[in-house]
Amino acid sequence: MRPGLHEEWGEIDLTERIEAFLSDLKRGGSGTGPLRGSAEMARETTALLRRIAAQARWSNAGDLMEIIRTEGRRMTAAQPSETTVGNMIRRVLKIIREEYARSRGSSEETDQQESLHKLLTSGGLSEENFRQHFAALKANVIEAINELLTELEGTTDNIKMQALEHIHSNEVIMTIGRSRTVEAFLKDAARKRKFHVIVAECAPFCQGHKMATSLSEAGIETTVITDAAIFAVMSRVNKVIIGTQTVLANGGLRAVNGTHTLALAAKHHSTPLIVCAPMFKLSPQFPNEEDTFHKFVSPHEVLPFTEGEILSKVNVHCPVFDYVPPELITLFISNIGGHAPSYIYRLMSELYHPEDHEL
Amino acid sequence: TRDGLCNTDDIERSKTEGKELTKEEKQRLRKEKKQQKKNKEKNDEKTSHEGEKKKNKKKKEEQPAGSASQPPAQPSPKAVPAPAPPPPAAAAVPVPASEAPAPADKPAKSKADLKAERRARQEAERASKGKKGDVGQPAPTGKLKAPPSELQPVVKRLPEHVQVDNPEVVKKLAKKLERQQIPLRSDYGYKVSLFSHLHQYSRKAPLTQQLGIPSTVIHPAIVRLGLQYSQGIVAGSNARSVALLHAFQQVIRDYTTPPNEELSRDLVNKLKPYISFLNQCRPLSASMGNAIKYIKKEISNIPSQCKEEEAKIKLLNCIERYINEKIVLAAKAIAKYSIEKISDGDVILVYGCSSLVNHILCEAFEKKRKFRVIVVDSRPRLEGREALRRLVQKGISCTYVLISAVSYILPEVSKVFLGAHALLANGYVMSRVGTSQIALVAKAFNVPVLVCCETYKFCERVQTDSFVSNELDDPDDLIVTRKGKTQLEHWQKVPSLGLLNLVYDVTPPDFVDLVITDLGMIPCTSVPVVLRVKNVDQ
Repeated sequence: MRPGLHEEWGEIDLTERIEAFLSDLKRGGSGTGPLRGSAEMARETTALLRRIAAQARWSNAGDLMEIIRTEGRRMTAAQPSETTVGNMIRRVLKIIREEYARSRGSSEETDQQESLHKLLTSGGLSEENFRQHFAALKANVIEAINELLTELEGTTDNIKMQALEHIHSNEVIMTIGRSRTVEAFLKDAARKRKFHVIVAECAPFCQGHKMATSLSEAGIETTVITDAAIFAVMSRVNKVIIGTQTVLANGGLRAVNGTHTLALAAKHHSTPLIVCAPMFKLSPQFPNEEDTFHKFVSPHEVLPFTEGEILSKVNVHCPVFDYVPPELITLFISNIGGHAPSYIYRLMSELYHPEDHEL
Repeated sequence: TRDGLCNTDDIERSKTEGKELTKEEKQRLRKEKKQQKKNKEKNDEKTSHEGEKKKNKKKKEEQPAGSASQPPAQPSPKAVPAPAPPPPAAAAVPVPASEAPAPADKPAKSKADLKAERRARQEAERASKGKKGDVGQPAPTGKLKAPPSELQPVVKRLPEHVQVDNPEVVKKLAKKLERQQIPLRSDYGYKVSLFSHLHQYSRKAPLTQQLGIPSTVIHPAIVRLGLQYSQGIVAGSNARSVALLHAFQQVIRDYTTPPNEELSRDLVNKLKPYISFLNQCRPLSASMGNAIKYIKKEISNIPSQCKEEEAKIKLLNCIERYINEKIVLAAKAIAKYSIEKISDGDVILVYGCSSLVNHILCEAFEKKRKFRVIVVDSRPRLEGREALRRLVQKGISCTYVLISAVSYILPEVSKVFLGAHALLANGYVMSRVGTSQIALVAKAFNVPVLVCCETYKFCERVQTDSFVSNELDDPDDLIVTRKGKTQLEHWQKVPSLGLLNLVYDVTPPDFVDLVITDLGMIPCTSVPVVLRVKNVDQ
């Protein structure tokens, strides 16, 4: 009999929570539900996974991983563009593997299958190995997930603390749209330094306006420009600091639309492009799938229904994301420090297990 | 001066009544100022020593004739050997002389200023009728040296609308407008510090509110035109030029030469306040500047024995011919060249609403070329919607995106057609803001960029970035209401928040692959060649 979620009455609560989370995900992405930041999404996912680990019925690590994988597939299917959900699931799977290996007594290195030598000699861990029962495993896993949650709480602070290393006084900094990470970053630097920020408004949702009001209320000299003026003002900009939705496995970005133009303009003027992204945004996906990379929302934002007579004869596109290749990026600032884009693939191996790349 | 004081009362009265100063009043003003200037110069030679200190102070604030600031005040200012060509120097030198104030003469000083300025300008105009440009305000570095060479001296006056941060220039403009009885438009809102040298007006405060109705100083056709410009009803380089020329045709039709005046001189003087007014409503575009130069030249070339009716008909025909040649026929020629560049199966990207590019696409569609168009648009003007309407009406299949999605859509595109507002002498293309961005991204994706521009938009200015000379539109246009919330509604109250609404930007020539003009298909860098050929023709 396959262990499942629906055995006990106490678990109905869990199922309800999962279903509520899934429907939130579905609605949030289409713009009608409450818009949530990635950090919040990551925290909620991790909290839900902790609940699953605590309340679901499982007897060994393999069962738990199977449960999490199933639920994880449903969650990523609900909103494919919300990659933080998938990232957190992979983190938790890696945690489970580590805890299992520790309980078994073998050191963690032997579980990694990175070098060719290890591939040939060790032969790899098979699924069987996860079937051993350890009493302390549950507590260990839950403790590790709690640590992960603490880490998530502190990501913005860790990034903020690096702000003064990168911003000097009388600089002109450019950013696009609204990123809570970049907002915190700039506000922290503004406590000690005086600089000027130019915000590109990022049509059609114009999130840049909210960013600009927030920054100017913190006393930072802010200017709002239209997307069309990005290249025109770039010659006076010293640094470009942006946030992103996802960091891809090759070091590229999936960021809000208009970022690619910004990156090209920065490259043309040899202005450094700095990306502030916490580690939970790092995703093992590659940007090669044309049809799954982009997400579109209603073109009503671009050409409203009031233009009725031409609407039926015209194709209108409203993509949400842009791909930025890693050659245009100078630096990643994350909660564990600064990295070059060429180093991102290495970080991935520390965070996720290669077998989990495909859920 | 008692006589002068009575006349100033009259003049003040007539100004407030909105009447134009009559000929006699103007002459009296002139005589009185001449008298005061003569008195002033006598005083100057006595008080030249203390005047020098004040002159030196003024020299730092203003941009007087640089050469005149160098020499000591001991010898009479008139005898100063100026390295510049003599008439402008002689004209420029009395300016600082008259401005060295003896404190008692302060109220009369301003009139002496005006008088001296006008005299300087007249002399300069008369002396250098064939020469290019005025030597009213040389460059701030102060060197008036125009070395004699085969090339025309290019000592040009810096236009007022890029010197808003210089209070002296603003004061001079205010005085000039007061003399021409045109209201001065005041700036609006907090200006971003990088652009403090440009004007920023609000659309809600049009200039015409400060004019009396009916205004006898400015022709009603010009008033209407100015209002259309400032509210954005007439927009686009070609449209503005054609509207201007039509308005001038109306002015010429309604014009009668006053007695004892020559049409060739008086009409040009009549047009000057109109041009100042239009400049106040919205800074003149390069194409409008070229058109005005052409008209002024045509008017001054009217022989004095020509009768008024004949002269007027001649001028009207000239304008008609200019519009026909430079705009209508040029568009046809450009369309003919461009259609060679459009092949079947093309996906063409256009930006905003350029009348020329729309014309080309419609012509190509009529010639049965199979292509589809992607129209890229940007906030806040959203001109692309107009282009979209025109193209869809013709039956061309179109796609519409905003400029932030251009890197998503570019892999599908085979060619980019852009319009231009002006082509600068160093090969840079001045066009609607966002054009340089499209050219940049197209270059990154290796898509050819073609710019279409008539030759009458070529201008002799040079510029390397979009800051030094630009236009700032109403910053309130950026405010948008989404889902019932307006984020930037109270931006004026927040001291550190600024909104920037640029109108133009410059595209470097390495982004542009080809420029299609009525003279043929040329690279961007051949613009000065075309300008030289045009000047030789004229």
